[in-house]
Amino acid sequence: MRYIFMSIVAFGTWLLWSGHYTLEHTLVLAIGILSCAFVVYLAGRLSIVDEEGYSIHLIWSLALYIPWLIWAIIKANIDVAKRILNPRLPIAPRIVRVTGTQKTDLCRVIFANSITLTPGTVSLDLDEEDIVVHALTKEAADDVQSGDMDRRVTTALEQ
Amino acid sequence: MFIAAMIGILVTMALALCRALLGPTVYDRILSVNMFGTKTVLFIAVLGFLTDRPDFLDLALIYVLINFIGTLAVLKFVTYNDLGADPEEQNRT
Amino acid sequence: MTIVDILSWICLIPGCILCMIGGLGLLRLPDFYSRMHGGGITDTLGASLVLLGLMFQGGLTMVTVKLVMLLVILLLTSPTSTHAVGKAALTSGLKPFLGNPDNKGKNEHD
Repeated sequence: MRYIFMSIVAFGTWLLWSGHYTLEHTLVLAIGILSCAFVVYLAGRLSIVDEEGYSIHLIWSLALYIPWLIWAIIKANIDVAKRILNPRLPIAPRIVRVTGTQKTDLCRVIFANSITLTPGTVSLDLDEEDIVVHALTKEAADDVQSGDMDRRVTTALEQ
Repeated sequence: MFIAAMIGILVTMALALCRALLGPTVYDRILSVNMFGTKTVLFIAVLGFLTDRPDFLDLALIYVLINFIGTLAVLKFVTYNDLGADPEEQNRT
Repeated sequence: MTIVDILSWICLIPGCILCMIGGLGLLRLPDFYSRMHGGGITDTLGASLVLLGLMFQGGLTMVTVKLVMLLVILLLTSPTSTHAVGKAALTSGLKPFLGNPDNKGKNEHD
């Protein structure tokens, strides 16, 4: 079932990007189908065809989370840009630990990626409970430690 | 109007290149080369619009994937000195 | 000058300026770990704004679909590679610069 789903997604992407919708160029179409089959075989050999690649249910909750993330990114971008342009360079880099309350691996990765996407904070290391975060300023460190983003990821994606 | 955008991206690429040449550690260099690649993708996209050939976007799509894999490959080679190494095995020993 | 042109200008120019600020940050910031943040600016908002400006130019065509895919791939891969570089530097034992006076006793990682 997952293999069929993955094949359909791969072939759909191929169709979209190549633009060969008609049966005019049979050879090109055959090569496309062959390459999709090869990609699915390779994915099966890497054993990455599992539940995580199949999580369509996340799309709706992501639609709620992403606008908030974009707003956070814009605010953080302006803040970091101001600090870089400031001649005195008012930064106070520090390393903090943040506890993620997510249960699944996928949600943890989404949380860590969100931290990195927001300028001013970069996730350096992940272990069972904590995420080691390098923050450029005290405000960014406080912001990520307040757990606001963590709560949003957990409530949006794990309901 | 795309010329201005291209000049801006070129300036950024030059700055990244400066850091890649100056960078005290190897990670600085990898970081700036990665950023250089990202800016190349933007540059190709804008160039496609400037010359009115949107086909260039296909090249940009390929380049962004190669850039990602290339960065990870160089990083793995620098860290483990072996492209075929298994990181988890190395941690166990 | 149509309204779409103006909108795409509004996106393209700040995008390029943000890219340049990020490049400047890459040069100015004192150590490797803070330079990652400088690179982050250009990767997120800078690249997004430039691609958004191009999307306005593309209109509702195949070109815009490709630009959206480009943006999605860029936003998925760039934090991953930044994290990979940072983690490699951390495991190799590169010490972060924490020399600011108001930072004493707050470094919880040690």
